[in-house]
Amino acid sequence: MTALQQTTEVVDPVPGAGAPHLPGQPELVQLLTPEGERVEHPDYALDVSDDELRGLYRDLALVRRWDVEATALQRQGELGIWASLLGQEAAQVGAGRALAPDDMAFPTYREHGVAWTRGVDPLHVISLFRGVDQGGWDPVATHFNLYTVVIGAQTLHATGYAMGLQRDGAESATLAFLGDGATSQGEVNEAMIWAATFAAPVVFFCQNNQYAISVPIERQSRVPLYQRAAGFGFPGVRVDGNDVLAVLAVTRAALAAAREGSGPTFIEAFTYRMGAHTTSDDPTRYRLASELEEWKLRDPIARLKAHLSRAGIADADFFASVDAEGDELAARIRQGTVEMPDPAGTEIFDHVYAEQTPELARQREEFVAYHASFEGEGH
Amino acid sequence: MADLRQFKLPDVGEGLTEGEILSWLVAVGDTVTVNQPLCEVETAKAAVELPSPFAGTVTELLFEPGTTVDVGAPIITIDVGAGGGAAEPAGSGLIGETNANGRTAVLVGYGPRSTEAKRRPRRGQPAETAAARATAPQVLPEADYGSGSERPPLLATAPDATVKPVRHGGLEAGRAAEAHAAAAAAAPAPATSSTPGRGALRPLAKPPVRKYAKDLGVDLTTVTGTGPGGVITRADVDAVLGAPAERTHARETAGGFARESTAGDTRIPIKGVRKHTAAAMVASAFTAPHVTEFLTVDVTRTMKLRDRLAARPELAGVKVSPLLFVAKAVLLAAQRHPMVNSSWDEAAQEIVVHGAVNLGIAAATPRGLVVPNIKDAGRLSLAELAGALTELTATARAGKTPPADMTGGTITITNVGVFGVDTGTPILNPGESAILAFGAVRDMPWVHKGKVVPRKVTQLALSFDHRVIDGELGSRFLADVGALLHDPGTALAF
Repeated sequence: MTALQQTTEVVDPVPGAGAPHLPGQPELVQLLTPEGERVEHPDYALDVSDDELRGLYRDLALVRRWDVEATALQRQGELGIWASLLGQEAAQVGAGRALAPDDMAFPTYREHGVAWTRGVDPLHVISLFRGVDQGGWDPVATHFNLYTVVIGAQTLHATGYAMGLQRDGAESATLAFLGDGATSQGEVNEAMIWAATFAAPVVFFCQNNQYAISVPIERQSRVPLYQRAAGFGFPGVRVDGNDVLAVLAVTRAALAAAREGSGPTFIEAFTYRMGAHTTSDDPTRYRLASELEEWKLRDPIARLKAHLSRAGIADADFFASVDAEGDELAARIRQGTVEMPDPAGTEIFDHVYAEQTPELARQREEFVAYHASFEGEGH
Repeated sequence: MADLRQFKLPDVGEGLTEGEILSWLVAVGDTVTVNQPLCEVETAKAAVELPSPFAGTVTELLFEPGTTVDVGAPIITIDVGAGGGAAEPAGSGLIGETNANGRTAVLVGYGPRSTEAKRRPRRGQPAETAAARATAPQVLPEADYGSGSERPPLLATAPDATVKPVRHGGLEAGRAAEAHAAAAAAAPAPATSSTPGRGALRPLAKPPVRKYAKDLGVDLTTVTGTGPGGVITRADVDAVLGAPAERTHARETAGGFARESTAGDTRIPIKGVRKHTAAAMVASAFTAPHVTEFLTVDVTRTMKLRDRLAARPELAGVKVSPLLFVAKAVLLAAQRHPMVNSSWDEAAQEIVVHGAVNLGIAAATPRGLVVPNIKDAGRLSLAELAGALTELTATARAGKTPPADMTGGTITITNVGVFGVDTGTPILNPGESAILAFGAVRDMPWVHKGKVVPRKVTQLALSFDHRVIDGELGSRFLADVGALLHDPGTALAF
């Protein structure tokens, strides 16, 4: 055996940093077990009505249906790419539903579940992945910023926005979404230092889905991610990211603390990306089927369904109606996608500045004249 | 009424131009629903299932499994009429569909590409293209986007690898899974796996090893990997080169891969003897550290002796060439310095000192360079050696050298003098430790008995493997060869 082979078999020197942390460990906040059993946590009580529980189930199921349809549309050539959220529905829906109307969310490019909770039309998200525009929703009206593809950049935006809220005296907070891979980015660390220094009302919501594309989290951090927050000087908490109730409770508490002036919190939603990083990725090249099977048992939707059934909160008719609603949503997405009109070529000039500049106006005129030199319609 | 739609191979992975159809999951006559998986396609990025954009009945599968298809090419025809129950929105402006106004809807950026040019003509140009467009055959509408679906497209799931789940080594796990997939793919479908095409999984090897193999002309798909997870190592590539006869054969039967020549260049397929020579030379030059020493020798006496001996009855009927005397001198000198006649055995970490000299003679033949050798040449008389040399070169030039005669050499002589050149720096025949280049014999001004006189002079160049032979030994061996050629009578003292 060569020296090289030996080094790869060295046992992980940091206990707990290697193997996935199983739900039920003390550090993991959980209110709903994978079997659908409701449990209590001393720090995170959650009072939810039956209506709210059914609403959360509907959110989860419809978001997944949307995601499945979008993946199929990509495979049929209708989308350039799709970043699937499969497996992360609870983390996103839980976090999104914890937001107050005036709180501002700063997503990555995978936060379809959060978009859903902010009332963003799925087709406005799809248009970005179809290459029609950069995202069709109004970030001011929805309090949901446009998707950020640059890894981790949105944590700076969220921190800056939070500092602005602070200076306005607004009783609102920002929720910065990021992935496990982003924690290795300089911007994220800068954002956390600024947020801590100014006690900015921002919550860093990290969905640890175990892989930065193909790099497992163990290669990026020698400690559980939530423990990093201590180094920046604010609380860190690990929540079962596949437990929508726990995510809701933890995020609500963190946002409330931020609004009250207690500064930032880092939430590590411990979850798993069940699909590929994007439709361009082949996860079988870097992870095992057995791992996937293990996480299937912790499915976020199955556990809530089990809980609703067992507690008599929802019956078969309810689930069937949600399924039917999902199919309608999928059909609407499918039709809306293929019928999506191409934007006018001049639109690119319309949203650069709040007020048009002479330079841009001149370019716009040239562009229009050039297109007018072609026969026929279209652009 | 039949309403036929075709599904074109989409770009499923950002910028791909083609994909290989691995298998069909439906057959002609099957009823399919929207999003039902139709086939599995492997691209440069991943193997994925393609879900159907139509509900209807499959009428035609346009490609066999194993075929590589360009993005944009129709792969399946589905009848969405009558039984299909297609709920297609009217006048939808679907991708690829020609609208009433003659305009073909196109997808921005990605997805199936029509082979038709998408540029509109500039105004003021002849309208023929526009007219041709209007009368062009109706492009088959491409999609039915009716509602309703089941069987959502599946995630690509990993093969059931049984390796231990070492999460710390995600890559190793992935490799193991890949190797597992390769094994699984090889078993049930020999027809596709036996053809080393795009469908075959790429052999696993690190980039430096890939380059090494490429430099040596070794096709990695023919190499069995012995590294972790079946990875091909440098040693595995070397092992292939270790069996030259077999390799040469394999190369030749595999045939050439000539490409079309461009702009007056001639492109000659690298195969056969050329390929083997290249591989052998690269292997030798970059494995054995070569040292080359030179010696200029007055061989006038040897040339005179040659004339006398050629007249003797013992040597009647054989060619008494200068090469014969060089060969004899090498054999005599090797007897005196047996370490010269040895091999470096890397695997065993031993130097093998050969009991017999298998004397190789580099021969230029119409097919290229071959190096047949005379087994245990040291036991031969001068007449036998002359006969063996004559036969060996004649056989080689006829292209009939048996493979056995080309393996097992221990020392080689390359007679560059026949081409009129003086000397060179020969490269060792792989596995040997010494090679002697014998230059042209010329009339040269030479100091002989205190005076400058014309003499028959030649140059010798000895390359040796410095792992085995130090400068002292190499020098003594070369000096002995030179002394024997300068004064053949010295042989009596050997």
